[in-house]
Amino acid sequence: MWRGDYLFLLKNLILKDFRVRYRNMSLGMLWSLLNPLVMLVVWNFVFTKIFTNPIQHFALFILCGIVPFNFFAVAWSCGTTSLVDSAGLIKRVPIPREIVPIASVLSNCLHLAIQMGLLLIFVLASGVGVNVYWFFLPLIWALELVFVCGMALLFSAFNVYVRDTRYFVESSNLVLFWLVPIFYPFSLVPQRFKDLYQFNPIAALILAMRDIVLEAKAPSHTLLIKLTLVAFLALGVGLLGFRRLKPRFYDYL
Amino acid sequence: MKKDSRAITCENVWKTFRLHTGQKLLRQHLAAWFGFGEEPSNQFHALKGVSFDVAAGEGLAIIGSNGAGKSTLLSVVVGLTQPDKGTVKVDGRVAALLELGSGFHPDLTGTENVYLNAALLGFNKHQTKAMYEEVVDFAGVRDFIDEPLRTYSSGMMLRLAFSVAVNVDPDVLIIDEILAVGDADFQTKCRERILGFRRAGKTFLCVSHAKAALMELCDRAVWLDHGEMMMCDRIDSVFEAYEGRGAVPKRSAE
Repeated sequence: MWRGDYLFLLKNLILKDFRVRYRNMSLGMLWSLLNPLVMLVVWNFVFTKIFTNPIQHFALFILCGIVPFNFFAVAWSCGTTSLVDSAGLIKRVPIPREIVPIASVLSNCLHLAIQMGLLLIFVLASGVGVNVYWFFLPLIWALELVFVCGMALLFSAFNVYVRDTRYFVESSNLVLFWLVPIFYPFSLVPQRFKDLYQFNPIAALILAMRDIVLEAKAPSHTLLIKLTLVAFLALGVGLLGFRRLKPRFYDYL
Repeated sequence: MKKDSRAITCENVWKTFRLHTGQKLLRQHLAAWFGFGEEPSNQFHALKGVSFDVAAGEGLAIIGSNGAGKSTLLSVVVGLTQPDKGTVKVDGRVAALLELGSGFHPDLTGTENVYLNAALLGFNKHQTKAMYEEVVDFAGVRDFIDEPLRTYSSGMMLRLAFSVAVNVDPDVLIIDEILAVGDADFQTKCRERILGFRRAGKTFLCVSHAKAALMELCDRAVWLDHGEMMMCDRIDSVFEAYEGRGAVPKRSAE
């Protein structure tokens, strides 16, 4: 029923999101930088001064884990609450509803770009350097976005009907934080769990990031295939679930 | 598809709200999904078999007391929610002002809100740029256009919202009540604009309690009472009946 310019609408919704987010702050976008930087200093202190560990370039090692994880966690929980937060829009303007959680996920990309910039600075400063396999990064990030969009679609729709969905998402993020290899190398994970880890898109993404950034090698085929499968499966389930649930959004918002 | 002159067609429209929330709702949905669900008991019928149509170029008023289902009917026509029974058909681009400030964000400036709203109404960048000056002029808020919307009075917000809605060149304009916050000058301006709009063959649908304005802008009216359509006729006879409530025998849903 709504016939309009999807891209222009998406662009305006994304612009709205981060204008609103940053306009009334004194430090603005600096927060995107400051937050991981502070955490990095703390973790680096704990895991090199208190617990010693043999991992080289430990700050970079953590950064490769925390950047993808942070993006996922924030985008997933923003996406989940997006429909309820935009109830005024959903109840009063006949736009295609799918666009709301997707815009909410995409508006976190600036955040991500800034943190990737931070990663790049660390790479150059630590003398690891950039290699040709960095061309894989846009691909795996695109897969990650597909995955998060699927998750956001599904959970935002649930959240309209059952408002504690957001607390489920927040708790899941806390659990997930330890179930993806942020502080520990994948090689320490017992063999029988390793396959399982590769189906977890966040873990897969971190592994791919480390392969590319630290080891200067291409991520393995099986990992890329699993990541692609899970990402598109999530998007498919998300879109179908969303379509099934959206007719009654109006009634419950 | 047959092209006829009807802009809006509603046929036997029913809208039912279920009043369950939270835990009860979850239990009920799980039960329904796994196939041992009973019909939800706690229901509220907001619309009970409403049928009417509006020809292109016509103005239709929807009247009735609070809670009669007027706003729900508009939401169904705009396509924000599907009717549980019956069909709704609307031809052409719709611009709806259902609530003051919907689709506007208080932290964005006037200009940013104009762009956001034009996008929400389906305009592209080129079209939005082309109409921007016209929108600001008509709204008469040029001095404040770079200020955040939260500094606007509700009258100024209405001016901007109305101005965007009429300037996206809709085929159907739908307004719920909000014109009342404008001052006399702006209300006159709005009335002229809506009349010109109707002369151009566009359709106008409006909910209001302001009889004088409705009599001027609309030719026909629908009277709703507790979700039932009491009457759909020429506006003067509907108002006559509405004001002498009780004199008319209650018509049951078709």
